[in-house]
Amino acid sequence: MPETAAPLRKTALNAVHRAAKAKMVDFGGWDMPVDCCGLTAEHMAVRTGVGVFDVSHMGDIQLRGPGSLAAVQKLCMNDASKLQIGQAHYSAMLYPNGTFVDDVVVHKLSDNDYLIVINAGTREKDVQWVRSQIGSMPGVHVNDFSDYYTQLAIQGPKAIDVLQKLTPVDLAPIKNYWFTWGQVCGLHNVMIARTGYTGEDGFEIYIPSDEPTSARVWNEVLEAGKEFGILACGLGARNTLRLEAAMALYGHEISDTINVFEAGLGRYAKLDKGDFVGRDALVKVQEEGGPKRKLVGLEMIERGIGRDGYPVFSLDGAKIGEITSGSPAPFLKKNIALAYVPVEFGALDTEVAVEIRGQMVKAKVVPTPFYKRPKKA
Amino acid sequence: MSYPADYKYTKEHEWISVDGTKGTVGITDYAQSSLGDIVFVDLPKVGDPVKAGEIFGSVESVKAVSDLYSPVTGTVAEINEALKDAPEKINSDANTTWMLKVELSDAAELEKLLSAADYEKFVSEETGH
Repeated sequence: MPETAAPLRKTALNAVHRAAKAKMVDFGGWDMPVDCCGLTAEHMAVRTGVGVFDVSHMGDIQLRGPGSLAAVQKLCMNDASKLQIGQAHYSAMLYPNGTFVDDVVVHKLSDNDYLIVINAGTREKDVQWVRSQIGSMPGVHVNDFSDYYTQLAIQGPKAIDVLQKLTPVDLAPIKNYWFTWGQVCGLHNVMIARTGYTGEDGFEIYIPSDEPTSARVWNEVLEAGKEFGILACGLGARNTLRLEAAMALYGHEISDTINVFEAGLGRYAKLDKGDFVGRDALVKVQEEGGPKRKLVGLEMIERGIGRDGYPVFSLDGAKIGEITSGSPAPFLKKNIALAYVPVEFGALDTEVAVEIRGQMVKAKVVPTPFYKRPKKA
Repeated sequence: MSYPADYKYTKEHEWISVDGTKGTVGITDYAQSSLGDIVFVDLPKVGDPVKAGEIFGSVESVKAVSDLYSPVTGTVAEINEALKDAPEKINSDANTTWMLKVELSDAAELEKLLSAADYEKFVSEETGH
């Protein structure tokens, strides 16, 4: 580690992770568990049972006041006027050129109150961006609540059974991407959201970030989940789970050099909702016939694992793109990747080659998401 | 973590156990633990030369890929074919799950490798605990 590195930031559960002998890693300046019980076991627990993640490094920006909706509408590409109280949606903050400041989840807490959940590595940048864009817009106040919450993600088909043991709130009626407030582990007014980043059913809860409370709730979740085989999960499994579900990760599939259409996220950009930062650039991309490159799913068809940053070639040897995220997929038991390639290479079953440590290994374009959770009976 | 006392070790986390002129090579318990779930091992062919301190293959876990460095110079006499289908054996027992058997060309090279005690000290210094 360079000697000039700033001290790593820690969540309120850092001591708990270290006591549990989790393997820790520097993730965007945060000292986070990457592997708690074995990545594959954690991944499988979430796909078939339940796992719990400490995601307190995520940031939370509150926009409050009569002007809050107008501010959200200017800052984010999705149409927040369609949200009802207690509803959330996936969205993104864009630069004027249509590339990403960050992808976010916008929660409507009340008519005058929105909570934007942002990524860990972009927290300071995001907060500054929000303040600079809102500037002197009337009737809106920006609060950075990032350090006020310990955020736990309880994910997997059994997540509802685990959390239900810890709350009197009836969880079944909460729909995907909706949220409510209620008692959890004896704490009042806990935000309970049916959201996550695993491609699986699950909940995210927002509890006070003092260490004793955070540790108590974490341990109660693990205890309640015991009968369902719950595992504490790290960022390693979080990454493979989101990759199987083909969900974007900032700095990989989305960044300040990739626009919304290239990333395949155009369905979340509501160009007809009125002006927002980045809209003009996106309209221009459309007028010029759409993006020149696109994000595709790749599956290795020869032996080898394509990983982040590996170059992608056409079969006749021309470099055409790069893998943004690639890994063995523990549940699918295939080697998968997301990659940017020119649109003419984007058709399903197109064969390409990935250069893996000097060797060309064949892959083909496959549909995304790689994994889709089974519909409930 | 356990490091057999009769093995020698590299700073790149390989072990070698020597019997006469034949060395058996694997990766250490610390290495398998750092890598996590191993899914792929890329090894040279029988008859290929290997050189002390140089890369002879790679090992991949779900989250990372790592080069393998030969502790000694020599010729590959045997590779562990079982690792092709069951690379996870390395996670369950790194100390007995070998990768290569090497016909040594210079036994004096073994003097430059670490003892178990020195390797353990090296790992604890590297990880800070």
